[in-house]
Amino acid sequence: MLKGYMILSIILFSIGIVGLISRRNIIVMYMSIELLLNAVNLSLIAISADLADSSAQVMSLIIIAIAASEAALFMSLFVVLFRNRASLDVNLFTILGGKE
Amino acid sequence: MSTLTILLFAPLLSAFLIFLITVLYSQTKQYVYTFLALMGSGLSALLALYVSYYSYFEKQVLVTHLFTWLNIGDFLIEVTLKADALSSFMLLFVAPVSFLIHVYATGYMNNDKSYGRFFAYFNLFVFFMLLLVLADNPIVMFIGWEGVGLVSYALIGFYYEDVKNTYAGNKAFIVNRVGDFGFLSALMLLFLSIPLGGFSFDNIFLGLWLIDSHRLTLIAFLLFVGAMGKSAQIPLFVWLPDAMAGPTPVSALIHAATMVTAGVYMVARFAPLYNMTPDILLLIAYVGAFSALFAAIIATRQYDIKKILAYSTMSQLGFMFMALGVGAYSTALFHMFTHAFFKALLFMAAGAIIVAYHHKQDIRELRGIRASGLFILMLIATLTITAIPPFSAFFSKDAIMSALYAGHIEIFAIAFVTSLLTAFYMFRMLFVLFFSKSEQRGQPTRKSMLYPMTPLTVLCIFAGLLNVPEIFSGNLSVSHWLHLADQSFFVPHTQEMLLMSLNTFFTLAVIVYTYKKYAYTDAIEFEKSDGMIANKFYIDALYTKTVVTVLEKLSYFFDKKISQLLIDGTINSMALVYLKVGNLFARAENGNVRFYALYMLIGLVSGFVYLYWSLRSFL
Repeated sequence: MLKGYMILSIILFSIGIVGLISRRNIIVMYMSIELLLNAVNLSLIAISADLADSSAQVMSLIIIAIAASEAALFMSLFVVLFRNRASLDVNLFTILGGKE
Repeated sequence: MSTLTILLFAPLLSAFLIFLITVLYSQTKQYVYTFLALMGSGLSALLALYVSYYSYFEKQVLVTHLFTWLNIGDFLIEVTLKADALSSFMLLFVAPVSFLIHVYATGYMNNDKSYGRFFAYFNLFVFFMLLLVLADNPIVMFIGWEGVGLVSYALIGFYYEDVKNTYAGNKAFIVNRVGDFGFLSALMLLFLSIPLGGFSFDNIFLGLWLIDSHRLTLIAFLLFVGAMGKSAQIPLFVWLPDAMAGPTPVSALIHAATMVTAGVYMVARFAPLYNMTPDILLLIAYVGAFSALFAAIIATRQYDIKKILAYSTMSQLGFMFMALGVGAYSTALFHMFTHAFFKALLFMAAGAIIVAYHHKQDIRELRGIRASGLFILMLIATLTITAIPPFSAFFSKDAIMSALYAGHIEIFAIAFVTSLLTAFYMFRMLFVLFFSKSEQRGQPTRKSMLYPMTPLTVLCIFAGLLNVPEIFSGNLSVSHWLHLADQSFFVPHTQEMLLMSLNTFFTLAVIVYTYKKYAYTDAIEFEKSDGMIANKFYIDALYTKTVVTVLEKLSYFFDKKISQLLIDGTINSMALVYLKVGNLFARAENGNVRFYALYMLIGLVSGFVYLYWSLRSFL
C-alpha cells in the first residue's frame, strides 16, 4: 500500500521539478513549486499512516499552512513583477546576474 | 637623571622641539630656533666640560645604566653610558666645538628659509655623536655611528633644490655604507666569538684571548674598513670632498671636527684588539700614510677653498691613522684634539669669507681680499696646521713624527713629505687669498660668526700645552690621563730635538718658497687645471667605471629581467589564470532563476547518487 503512495509522490515530485526548470511562465513555476510541496505532503502522510504515528501529519499540516501564506505572497509578487515588465517570463528577470 | 643622561638627551630634546615647531608653526620667529638650538648644545657642552674635568682630576668613571635592551637567557645587551678617560677626552672637544659651531651657524644661516630644519639636524647630530662617544658597547656605538652618517647625509644635501647636492649626499651615504658593512660584519664576528655574558667593551677585551688569531685579524681588518669609510681614508675617501656641498658650518662640524674622527676614535677604542694584530696595525699605518700623501698632493691643485680644506682634513686624518698604526693611540687622539680646533677655525674663517664675498669659493676669484680680522684668524689656523711651534698642532704632530721615526722610517719619510706639502698647499691658499695686488672688499663679518672663532683661536695656540712632551719638561698629562694600551717606543732626546728643528726648518723653507711663488704674483692663473693631480688621479672616474657602471648594469638586469620578467611575470600569469576561471564561473551566475533551480537539482541528484552509493550495502 505504502509503495503505491510513494511512487505517486515521486511522480508528482518529478513533474514538479521538470515544470520548475523547463517552464518560463512564473505562474506555472509557482504551481510546480506547490506540486513539489504536495508531493512531499503526500509521502509524509502515507508514511505516517503506515507507521501509525501522527507526528508527520502535524508536519504536513504546517506545510499546508505555510504554502497558503506563501501563495498570498506570490500573488502580490506576480502583480509587482507584471507591473514592472508587463510580462511574466522569468528570462526577463535576471537582475541577480548583476548585468542590468 | 644623571649627568650623562642630561648631557646626551639635551640636544635630542631640543632637536625634537625644533622639529615640532618647524612642522606645526611655519611662521615661527628665528630667535626661538636659535634659543632652543643653543640651549641644547650649550647645556651638553657645559656638562661635557664638567664630566671631563671630573674624569681628569678625580680619575673617576661615570656610568649610567639607561635600560636593558635585550635579555634572553645568557644573551644580554645593556644600554649603558660610560664616560671613561677616552670618552671624557672626546667629550672635551666634541661638545664645546659643536656648541661654538652652533653659535657660528646662527650667523651663517641667518635668514635662511630652512633655519629651523638646519638646527634640528644639527642638534640631532650632536646627540648621535655623543651617543657614539659615550656608548659602553659596540652595538650602541653603532647606533651613534649610523646616526651621524644619516644626519651627515641630510646636511650635505641640505640645499636639495640643487640636485648636485643631493647626489653628493647620496655618495657620502653609499660610500659610508661600504664601511658600515665592514663594521657590522666585524661586530657579528665578535659577537659570535665572545663567550656569552654581555657585550660591553670590557667584556670583549677580557674575551679576546679566546679568539683564534686568524679570526681576530679578520675582525680587526673589518673594523678598520668601517673606520676607513667614516674617516675618509683610501679607498673610501671619495665622499669627503663632495660632502663640501653642504653649508659651511656642516663642513666645519661634521666633516672636519667631529664625525670624521669617529673612525680614529673607534680604532683607539679597540686598542687592546689591535695590539694583538700587528699586521693590521701596519696596514693601518700604510693606509694612513698613503691617504695623507695622496690627499696632500691633490690639495696642491685644488681651487675651491672648501675642497682644499676637505683634502687637508683627509690628510690630517691620515696622520692620525699613521699614529694609530704604530700603536701610539694617545698621540693620535691628541692630534685629533688639536685638529678639531684648527680645522673648525679654518672652516669657520673660510665660511666667513664665502659669506662676505657673495658665495664665491674659488680662490682665483677671491684673490686679494681685504679682511684683516679674518686674515689673522686664518693665519693662526694655517700656522697651526703646518705645525709651527709653539702652536698646538706642533706638539701633536711632532709626537706623531717621533713615534713614526722610532718604528717605521719609511712611513716617517711619507709623513715628512706630506707635512711639507701641507705647508705648501695651506700657504698657497693663504697667499692667494690675502696677498695680491688686486683688491676686493666684501661685507663685514657678522659678530655671531666672529665671536665663536675667538675661543677656537686661543685653543689653537694653547691647546698643545695640555700634552707637552718630556723633552720640553712636560709630563704628557693627556696621554697619562687617557691611559690607552700604547706601544712604547724610544727616541733619544737629541734625535728628537734634531727632528723637530729639521721639520720646522723645512716647513719654514717651504713657506718662504710658497710666498715667493704665490704672493703678489699671478702664478695661480698659470697653473694647469687639468692633468693627473687636478683630476684627483682619476680615482672618481675609476670608481665610476668599475663600481658604479657595473652596479648600474647589474641593477638594470635585475630590474628588467629578474624583477619584471620572472617575478612580475609569474605573479601576473597566476592572477590571469584566476581571472579566466572566475569568468567561467561567472557565466553560470546569470541571474536566471530557472538555471539556479537546475543547479539545485544537479546538487540534489548528485547528493542522492552519493547516498545511494555509500549506503548500497545496506539496501
